[in-house]
Amino acid sequence: MALPKYTETRYRVWHYFYIIICTCVFFFLIAPLFVIFPLSFNAEEFLSFSEGMKNLDPDAFSLRWYKDMIYGTKNPWGLAAKNSFIIAIFATLGSVILGTVAALGLSSRHMPYKGLIMATLISPMIVPLIISGVAIFFFMAKAGLAATHTGIVLAHIILGTPFVVITVTATLSGFDHSVTRAASSLGSDPVNTFMKITLPLILPGVISGGLFAFVTSFDEVVVVLFLAGLENTTIPIQMWTGLREQLSPTILAVATCLIILSTLILVTAELLRRRSERLRGINR
Amino acid sequence: MSIETGKILTTDGIPLEVSLKKAERKNKIKAFLLVAPLLFFLLITYIFPIGDMLMRSVDDKMVTEMLPKTFKSMEKWDGKELPPEEVFESFYLDFQKLVEEKRDGKLSTQLNYTKNGFKSILKKLRRKAKNFEEGNYKEQIMAVHQRWADVEYWRAIQRRAPAYTSQKYLKGIDMYKNEEGNIVSVEEDRRIHRILWLRTLEIAFFVTLLCFLMAYPIAHLLATLPMKYSNLLMICVLLPFWTSLLVRTASWMILLQQQGVVNDFFVMIGLVADDNRPEMMFNKTGTYVAMTQILLPFMVLPLYSVMKTISPSLMRAGKSLGGTPFVAFWKVYFPLTIPGIGAGCLLVFILAIGYYITPALVGGASGTLISNQIAFHMKSTLDWSFASAMGLMLLAGVLAIYWIYNKLVGVDNIKLG
Repeated sequence: MALPKYTETRYRVWHYFYIIICTCVFFFLIAPLFVIFPLSFNAEEFLSFSEGMKNLDPDAFSLRWYKDMIYGTKNPWGLAAKNSFIIAIFATLGSVILGTVAALGLSSRHMPYKGLIMATLISPMIVPLIISGVAIFFFMAKAGLAATHTGIVLAHIILGTPFVVITVTATLSGFDHSVTRAASSLGSDPVNTFMKITLPLILPGVISGGLFAFVTSFDEVVVVLFLAGLENTTIPIQMWTGLREQLSPTILAVATCLIILSTLILVTAELLRRRSERLRGINR
Repeated sequence: MSIETGKILTTDGIPLEVSLKKAERKNKIKAFLLVAPLLFFLLITYIFPIGDMLMRSVDDKMVTEMLPKTFKSMEKWDGKELPPEEVFESFYLDFQKLVEEKRDGKLSTQLNYTKNGFKSILKKLRRKAKNFEEGNYKEQIMAVHQRWADVEYWRAIQRRAPAYTSQKYLKGIDMYKNEEGNIVSVEEDRRIHRILWLRTLEIAFFVTLLCFLMAYPIAHLLATLPMKYSNLLMICVLLPFWTSLLVRTASWMILLQQQGVVNDFFVMIGLVADDNRPEMMFNKTGTYVAMTQILLPFMVLPLYSVMKTISPSLMRAGKSLGGTPFVAFWKVYFPLTIPGIGAGCLLVFILAIGYYITPALVGGASGTLISNQIAFHMKSTLDWSFASAMGLMLLAGVLAIYWIYNKLVGVDNIKLG
């Protein structure tokens, strides 16, 4: 953003002030994440930079917390990671299937009471999590599903579907319905039309909704705190307990892994978004 | 017109209007069937349980069911003087039944909530009641303890007759129904819930404001920079957005602790003395700083998506028509970004008002919010009906904000990423 040569001094000053403010805000947003990396390689048991680390002494760094995360005795991360992935994968599948099918219905111009139904379907996103947690807990307790994987998966489907509904409805809004009509006029049945024509075209929206649902489930702690028993512990629950009780650098090793995972998800989501914009002919 | 079209027939000989309506209805049913699985799933697992919360929060049937005969006979009692023999007799019968079923402990806990002093006199009554003779129960019960002869205690029992109560809601705003049936506030130094509600509103408001002040310039920069730079900078917004909430809270716990990086930096530049490091965590400061950073992307993204659509030629036109850059910004650019501001502020405010995890970890005692209180009653005191009542009060607030927003801006403008 080069300024034209004729800019007056006070606007020049203002412009640099603006750039400085923006830099500070970007720093505030991203810097906290980078504190975690070096500290997770700390050779000592403290969560602050030791003198050795400040002098870049190689002995001050070690992989002991990563070893502890993977091989540590009595440590819950293995079970937690397994549970987290199982729950997130099933919750994502459920959310994607239910959400996509519902979005197809919602995008039809024949849908009655569209506003009311849409509001109901996305309500889990608007209602504060703590209230959702209480309500879902009451249901699961009555249904005998508290402290089971099934219960947590169902809870995460509830929380994940709104994202799928929103992203898929958005993708369908730019969808050219004449292609499905063309398919049916050529003798394809509705299921076949959906699998061969509609789904490939709306796939970017479905996948990005699925990513939202996955992250929601993988990162969800409020509802799980109400629902989970010892057997169903997840990574967020372990982090929550760890942060409340004793802040050990093992948590930072886990956090580093989670940041890497979220970077991967971010890259996927961005690529998908661009692809879907290209497909919908939105060029910027 | 309609008569004319009614006469047009399709090839099957059915009037066109009828045939069209049939097709329309079929399409409607088809669309509805697609939505139905999710709709019913959510109704059963989510919407009805919220209704269940409502029932729990006003439910007060326990005592009503424990003393059915007593409340029946009390209907005729005006409550001015001691109740007649009939009430004493039915109370004795109800109570004996509870003792047999070993449920008298529950009754005494419940009645003690209403008025202190019931526990001991019910215990005494249970011991003495074994040797009661038939008839003249009034005399016999009153002889057990002098409080049984006090009309206040009988009024306290009578107050528990209705099956529904607003008591939990009143408790949520630090009020209660006193013995005369008036709604009054609790003593000044015991008004913990009001402080919490106000603090929640205050923190949500200032976090929203801070987010807005920080997000506006960077959203503007992202929207006006050339694509190749802005894509790179966008990562700074999106990476925190996709990163686990607990990871981000953990990093703030590391930064803000007394031996943490921020304090180290303050000592280094000589802002504070090494032995006088300020406490930045486990108080409001911690909650403010961490929540602002965590919620900032939710403000940047809607602002960015609105700013992206504003053509730069508008600002140029404003300037060429004689406005200074500031006037052009204020009169042309800013009004066009209002939908984005609305969406961002709504999102951040609603998220902030129901925040639980971050305040619980970095907030300490002075930085916790109403959600923490709800969780506390769900998990520690097990007063689920009170937790439900507070949850529903919070929900009502959120829905009200949402409704106002919908009237002003329209919910359809919310975009994700």
